[in-house]
Amino acid sequence: MSMASVHSSTPVPAVTSHAETGPLEEKIAVRKLNFFYGSHRALKDIDVSLYTRRVTAFIGPSGCGKSTLLRILNRVYDLYPNQRAEGEVLLDGHNILDAGVDLNLLRSRVGMVFQKPTPFPMSIYENIAFGVRLYERPGKGELDTRVEQALRRAALWDEVKDKLDANGQSLSGGQQQRLCIARTVAVKPEVILLDEPCSALDPISTAKIEELIDELKEEYTIAIVTHNMQQAARCSDYTAFMYLGELVEVDNTSKMFTTPSKRQTQDYITGRFG
Amino acid sequence: MSAMTLYQRRKLKNGIVIFSALLATAIGLGWLAAILGTLLFHGAAGLSLAVFTQNTPPAGATSGGLANAIVGSVLMTTIAVVIGTPIGILAGTYMAEYGRFAKLTHVVRFINDILLSAPSIIVGLFVYDLMVLPHLPGFSGIAGSIALAFLVIPVVVRTTEDMLALVPKELREAASALGMPLAYVVGKVSYRAARAGIVTGILLAVARISGETAPLLFTAFNNQFFNWNLFRDGMASLPAVIFFFSLSPDEEWKALAWTGALIITLAVLALSITARALASSRKAS
Repeated sequence: MSMASVHSSTPVPAVTSHAETGPLEEKIAVRKLNFFYGSHRALKDIDVSLYTRRVTAFIGPSGCGKSTLLRILNRVYDLYPNQRAEGEVLLDGHNILDAGVDLNLLRSRVGMVFQKPTPFPMSIYENIAFGVRLYERPGKGELDTRVEQALRRAALWDEVKDKLDANGQSLSGGQQQRLCIARTVAVKPEVILLDEPCSALDPISTAKIEELIDELKEEYTIAIVTHNMQQAARCSDYTAFMYLGELVEVDNTSKMFTTPSKRQTQDYITGRFG
Repeated sequence: MSAMTLYQRRKLKNGIVIFSALLATAIGLGWLAAILGTLLFHGAAGLSLAVFTQNTPPAGATSGGLANAIVGSVLMTTIAVVIGTPIGILAGTYMAEYGRFAKLTHVVRFINDILLSAPSIIVGLFVYDLMVLPHLPGFSGIAGSIALAFLVIPVVVRTTEDMLALVPKELREAASALGMPLAYVVGKVSYRAARAGIVTGILLAVARISGETAPLLFTAFNNQFFNWNLFRDGMASLPAVIFFFSLSPDEEWKALAWTGALIITLAVLALSITARALASSRKAS
């Protein structure tokens, strides 16, 4: 099978069962993207699009490059030497891989939630207010409102409203992860990247976060990496299957999980490998 | 049957190793107890208000204290920490945060490790050559402080780097992913996460230098009288006074040396316990 035939399967935008979430707008376009850890080529000629107000799930066995791809979209890989990306990642038409891109501004537009909850060593309130204050100077009253809104959006408000001064690291794992989502939402990004956000959480916390993703997609472009195929099926509009650094197939989620066009996808989804 | 013998042999080995470990612990702790006991036995009798209010006596005097030595020690230690801590923290921060992957960091770490294990008498001789011989300004409190600062720096560099390295990289990534500039990531997130550890390092550095004698003999030397002037005439310190008094045949001096040794030991013990408590509170949080 030629590479071209692999990449011709970029999603067909026309048929989507999620028409109620608005017209389809391309927010991020990944074109011929290659990624290297030193000399190891971890991503091979990836082409994929992320759409506004849609959730795109990335599935595939460990080491297939899902997280690597996500980490390129906000260039968090740039924190480390010997990692480099080639190709194009267009955010609203502008290539974020260009040398002159202001990484801090980029990251304020493309937020990220990590696999392991990462609350900062400060109070719950400060965890959220801190990010807001980076790019805005809201008054005390408005800041309080923003913090409350973010916590409400993350379905955490009722659990923490009486202990906003408590250390963020004193919360349970699921609460910490929702705090991290609240923190990301509070800075009003345009895109939210979720890197296996539920892998360390119990089913109840997972359900809460999936509900949250469903609500968040009304406003944001969302990409989620997950090992949990039910999760991809439940909360995404598009699903991309990756294998050994290549994007094998990407399509509407319902189609991917019922009638995938590639044999590898079929095998992975049915649990025959991976 | 043979499995049983194997098991019994394993149990026997286990017993022997545990016994040896306990014995080694007892020997180590035994010496420590002996040192503390001796210090208490000889030093506690001399503890009185006069020790803290009167200066070191001339030979043959029947009364005197350690006031000038205590103040000198506190003063020089404080200045050494004030000079050494910022340098140590900034260098450690560079190594752990900004230059984590730089060649310079490896070089600095290597040199720092050498400095960390350098005999303190070498540091004393270095400052002697640097400040005392050329009369810049000769034997003085400031020369002593700078010699001690040279001992503070490597300790603080090391602990700062180690403590910052313990901050999970995910925390830095998360902070960066919010669009936080690196200076904020370091100042507001990494430092906060590593704060208790860095403070512990500073306290350990204080504990390390408060007993140092060799570097002070070449730099601050000693002074029988109170001297607030850091820039002339040498300055008394507890370790130096202990050194001189314990060598003398004068009974009063010898008693004061024991008392001084007890005071230093208790102070260092208190510092170490504080450092431990801080370190464990870090783990708890």
